[in-house]
Amino acid sequence: MTELTASPRLKGWHRLLAFLAVATTVVGSIIGLFVVPPDAMQGNVQRLMYLHVPAAWLAFLAFFIVFVMAVLYLIQRDPRWDMIAAGSAEIGVLFTALTLILGSLWGKPIWGVWWTWDPRLTTTAILLVIYVGYLAVRSFAADPERRARWSAVVGIVGFADVPIVYLSVTWWRSLHQPPSSPMSMAPSMLWTLMLNVVAFTLLFGYLLVRKYQVAVAERALEDREAMR
Amino acid sequence: MSEHKGRRSGKKKLWAGLGLVAVVAALAMLIGGGLKDNLVYFLTPTELEARGASVQGEAVRLGGQVKPGSVHWNADHHDLRFVVTDGKTQIPVHSTGSPPSMFQEGIGVVVEGKFDSNGTFQSDNLMVKHSNEYHPPTKGESPRETFKTLMPGNGTSGSKD
Repeated sequence: MTELTASPRLKGWHRLLAFLAVATTVVGSIIGLFVVPPDAMQGNVQRLMYLHVPAAWLAFLAFFIVFVMAVLYLIQRDPRWDMIAAGSAEIGVLFTALTLILGSLWGKPIWGVWWTWDPRLTTTAILLVIYVGYLAVRSFAADPERRARWSAVVGIVGFADVPIVYLSVTWWRSLHQPPSSPMSMAPSMLWTLMLNVVAFTLLFGYLLVRKYQVAVAERALEDREAMR
Repeated sequence: MSEHKGRRSGKKKLWAGLGLVAVVAALAMLIGGGLKDNLVYFLTPTELEARGASVQGEAVRLGGQVKPGSVHWNADHHDLRFVVTDGKTQIPVHSTGSPPSMFQEGIGVVVEGKFDSNGTFQSDNLMVKHSNEYHPPTKGESPRETFKTLMPGNGTSGSKD
């Protein structure tokens, strides 16, 4: 019950996390847009990298957390693992969609097309479908325990696509280029990218904490209604 | 309240069911679908030539490098001719419309289209592959303004007429 009435205001380290997330995102965006030089080949369009790559990284991280939480849930049957998994999946879907949209905006001026069915793009689209499916499974099962069990299975099996997405550009021929490395990027660009990866990760951490708080409150409400 | 809830959850279940079907289909595609065969995104010039007459008139994707010195761009008619090579086999390509601004000699391209009766690959869709290397312009060099330049350098770069 106490969770339900817990203050929605930010306290302590949540507040710090929110501040750090916003601050690094603002600084990272300013540097990415105005400070770091543009790419010699692609010009200013290349600046999309500072959003596209962190978004993709976060989608991977989010689904990895879903995977770990799903395994933990199936072992321990603790509903808290399920709540974290659900929150992480939702944020992951958001960032996967963002990755696809930003990639499409980047693709048009550089590749010449908004979209093509190359392995990287196709497996990423499948990734989005899998985790939208994960969320659909959750709304399908009314019973919290069954919901957690079913979605945990989807969260574990579906994670198989994450390494496939990552390795698709090395395994198969594609239009998308293989991953860049610190060797293939100017140091200034690498640091800007890293800063934005950190910013997005903090943002993700903050969103996940808030999603978890909402899930706890919702669960308490569900239990109370079930009791009536 | 509770009667509304029943209807709403029915609708929700329908959407959830559709979602479930979609995820199962996606997984089946991924795992059981002969992943490797389906994921040959483009054929190299050598592979395409080896298929010979069997791909005549059939829509395929061709990938390779734009052979240096082979680009003929007619800016007035938006007519582009170049040769795609993998170092072994060369295939002449004809494309209409403006190429992506990154298009240039020596760059990787993926072309969608089919062979005409003269053995020229008629492109419907020209895509440019870029590398994973990023670096700022060197001193004195200005960064490419992709939205302004149709072709690198002057407007008819590579044209050899």
